[in-house]
Amino acid sequence: MTYPPAASDPQSAVPLLEVTELSTSFRTGRGLLKAVDRVSFRLGRGRTIGVVGESGSGKTVLARTVMGLLAGSNVEKTGSVRFEGQELLGAPNSELRSLWGARMAMIFQDPMTALNPVMRIGRQITESLRLHLDIDRSEARATAVSLLAQVGIPSPEERYGSFPGELSGGMRQRVMIAIALACSPRLLLADEPTTGLDVTVQAQILDLLGSLQYERNMAMVLVTHDLGVVATRTDDIVVMYAGRIVEMAPTSRLFSSMAMPYTEALLASTPRLSNPSHTRLAAIEGRPPDLTALPPGCPFAPRCRYAQDLCRRAAPPLVTAERPDHLYACWYPLGARTGPAPVSHSVSS
Amino acid sequence: MTDPAVPVEPMDPRSGVSTRAADAVAGAAVAAITEVTDRRRRLGWLFWLSLGWIVLTILAAIFANVLPLQDPNLQSATLNAGPSTAHFFGTDQLGRDIFSRVIFGSRVSIVVGFGAIAIGLALGGTLGMIAAYYRGTVDTIVNAVSYVLLAFPALVAVIAIVTFWKASLWKITLIIGIASAPLIFRIVRAATLSYATRDFVMAARTLGATSRRVLVKELLPNILPTVVSFSLIGVATVIVLEGSLAFLGLSIPGPTPSWGNMLNQSRTGLNTVPGQSNPWLVIFPAAAMFLFLITLNLVGDRLRQHFDVSEIKL
Amino acid sequence: MAKYLAKRAAAFVVIIFFVSLGTFFLVHLLPGNPALTILGPNANAHNIALIDKQLGLNRPLWTQYFIWLGNVLHGNLGQSFVTRESVVSTIAHAFPIDLELVVISQIIAFAVAVPLALTAVRKPNGRFDRYSTAGTFAMLAMPPFIVAPVLVLLFAVNTHIFPGPASYVPLAQNFWSNIHTMILPALVLALGSIVIYYRLLRNDLISTLQEDFILMARSKGLSDRRILLRHALRPSSISLLASAGINIGSLIAGAFVVEYLLQLPGLGYALVNSINQDDYVTVQGIVLVVAVAVVLINFLVDFLFTIVDPRISRD
Ligand SMILES: Nc1ncnc2c1ncn2[C@@H]1O[C@H](COP(=O)(O)OP(=O)(O)OP(=O)(O)O)[C@@H](O)[C@H]1O
Ligand SMILES: [Mg+2]
Repeated sequence: MTYPPAASDPQSAVPLLEVTELSTSFRTGRGLLKAVDRVSFRLGRGRTIGVVGESGSGKTVLARTVMGLLAGSNVEKTGSVRFEGQELLGAPNSELRSLWGARMAMIFQDPMTALNPVMRIGRQITESLRLHLDIDRSEARATAVSLLAQVGIPSPEERYGSFPGELSGGMRQRVMIAIALACSPRLLLADEPTTGLDVTVQAQILDLLGSLQYERNMAMVLVTHDLGVVATRTDDIVVMYAGRIVEMAPTSRLFSSMAMPYTEALLASTPRLSNPSHTRLAAIEGRPPDLTALPPGCPFAPRCRYAQDLCRRAAPPLVTAERPDHLYACWYPLGARTGPAPVSHSVSS
Repeated sequence: MTDPAVPVEPMDPRSGVSTRAADAVAGAAVAAITEVTDRRRRLGWLFWLSLGWIVLTILAAIFANVLPLQDPNLQSATLNAGPSTAHFFGTDQLGRDIFSRVIFGSRVSIVVGFGAIAIGLALGGTLGMIAAYYRGTVDTIVNAVSYVLLAFPALVAVIAIVTFWKASLWKITLIIGIASAPLIFRIVRAATLSYATRDFVMAARTLGATSRRVLVKELLPNILPTVVSFSLIGVATVIVLEGSLAFLGLSIPGPTPSWGNMLNQSRTGLNTVPGQSNPWLVIFPAAAMFLFLITLNLVGDRLRQHFDVSEIKL
Repeated sequence: MAKYLAKRAAAFVVIIFFVSLGTFFLVHLLPGNPALTILGPNANAHNIALIDKQLGLNRPLWTQYFIWLGNVLHGNLGQSFVTRESVVSTIAHAFPIDLELVVISQIIAFAVAVPLALTAVRKPNGRFDRYSTAGTFAMLAMPPFIVAPVLVLLFAVNTHIFPGPASYVPLAQNFWSNIHTMILPALVLALGSIVIYYRLLRNDLISTLQEDFILMARSKGLSDRRILLRHALRPSSISLLASAGINIGSLIAGAFVVEYLLQLPGLGYALVNSINQDDYVTVQGIVLVVAVAVVLINFLVDFLFTIVDPRISRD
């Protein structure tokens, strides 16, 4: 996949983020759980990639692995995550810590639990500022207040001293954005930044993120289970299922000619204004597979209405379609599903 | 730093089961079985050793009369002697056999400890189940009363009552038993509440089972693990309370031996100049009590982990 | 916040009412002649008449209670028939010793338990965690009346590192020898608290460290140490505080034991002496004061909650 180089950037040969064959598994009581399975993608400076998939498809695990936040004796990671050319996978904690908050930041899925309930929100912003930027207390305070103003919090001076419990969900999410953007990171990993908020607030938050991103020329990985959210706000889209990338394409291309039945089903289940998103997905028929014991064929086959024998026997590889920037993993892609035999693939490595 | 992903497996067996219910039923059953066998193994040798020690102590207390022991109140000619073949643990200031007194002395701790908790369970446990089952006004009132009683410092109350009422084995047991009821009430109530709204209880209720039947057949078996593990720790707590009273000379008066009053006696041994003090008088009852308490706590704690009862915050 | 505190204050008043009721009726519901019971060996016609008059025994019980309560509220706990001393002055002399013991022991307990827990949770189930958990577990089985005689035997009788029984020096007289005498008993008291504080804090820290906001703090690039101290410790200290409040009851019991053993003239020592002398008026006074102190401390702990965790008063 190629990206138009950002003309002003001398380092453009190296993408900001390059994830190659990244896998993350958890050792659980029931066996090895492959939450992320050989995922590869690239992200250029200032650009946005959407990661979409239903609940449990591994989006959060992917985002956290990229960030390097998942660590522990029961986690196994393989592959490579390069940030500005620097390998992050296996990098020592001290090295990661100097990046975290400063050059890459994360917005967590649930604003209700991701803020420290017993710390004033002002402090939660300034501690990041004071750690990474060499500024004194009053400067940090002023910066924090202006950040609160930027993310659209009314009377930021007063809110500076509030506890998270005193704010609404939307306000908390804004605070999280302020924290994440405090040190102007190059890369923002936004993990479902709007799930659980009501629809109008969702749009506000996403617009806010978009404009802040534009101002700062910041790249963003926007994780969501809602294809509608990424439709207008991303350059590229990655569709995930059972920890794997099952389709990947530039946004407009994906919507104009989607290849995966799963992507189609996701789109069909996209919440509309009439049914707010916290009535969770009008979910796809059937249950996601057990990640500790995947079936031999396509993991989506048991739920796929187009599935045929081959789908249940062999897992389809991730291949390119007519266009080199459109990849999908399906034996019988949409639109080509006329003949009984699978279309011939030109397998791209 | 803790990594957030440490598999504090299984986090909570109950919620675990409910999420697993979404999975294939067969898979869940298999997982549940392996989990149980896994846990049984995890009780560990220390648990069984401790349980063995508790049983041994209780048996010795029950059969103290028929065991080949010396009369615990017989005053021999050898005073303040160290351990010997004639007196395994030596003798006290009055020439009584410490070994025999330690074994007979366990009776007080055991009777008071288990007796008081039994009384507490009968009172607080019953009320706790009833309050949690019926909720409503009964629950509100008993709950409020339990809070008030809990705020009352138990030891001070017990000391006061004992002072004005003179101690005997049964009175001490009764008083501590009543004093422990509010806490037991809270534990049993919390445990019952967590089951009272479960499907199987609801099902039984809607199927027209009598309340009594639901309480005894459905709820009791489920809260039993919680109750048993907390009760063992409770027994240890009561034994400490009785020991403190005895040490202050406020529990069962001599010459009946008890671990607490033996330690009380030993004070005189500590006041004397080094050559004349009798450390054995301190060491043996202290060790007997220590072992009994630590094994009770250990067994209770292991059971608590085994049944995955969290340290309930009340 | 105000509503929460008002509720707690109401509960406090109710509990104190019951405490006073309990203490009063302890003496008055006893079988037999209260005057005889109170006086014990000191009973004679003159004293009996005095007691009857002082207690107003000819009046209805409730009237008696309110008269007694009125006296108590005016700081009059009566006068001992054995020592002739006013109960208030006995308590005023003894109380500071308990206070000092409790304070020193709690300083020791927190100074040991908190760092221990903070170190243990850096690697849960790691070697350090397992050893300190096992070590504190053993302390559960070491109540003061077991530990105190053993420590006295070791440190005061066999070696003379700490002074033995009956060597109390008032704080005002000589600060250092006072502290020297207090360390051993305070240590004995601290053991029990260390277990409780360590275990609660360890468990709460471990569950707090699983929270999203800890991951969020990590994602800001904060050091582990800072996350532990600034983000995890405070939300984890609620049950620690609660237990410190509940613990005060057993702490007083322990204080009584060590005072009795080491003949420190505190409340416990005074209490046991009065009991042995059948000095019921003094016993009643001490029981009342201790009970009120325990309830008061629990109330203060409730108040501290609202400062440590702003979530509490909102719920
Ligand atoms: N620490 C962990 N230990 C074991 N399994 C885990 C762990 N974290 C996540 N998983 C598993 O990994 C899979 C992917 O989870 P993940 O949270 O990434 O899904 P998601 O796509 O973010 O879903 P959602 O939309 O619900 O947030 C799930 O099956 C989950 O159970
Ligand atoms: Mg997620």
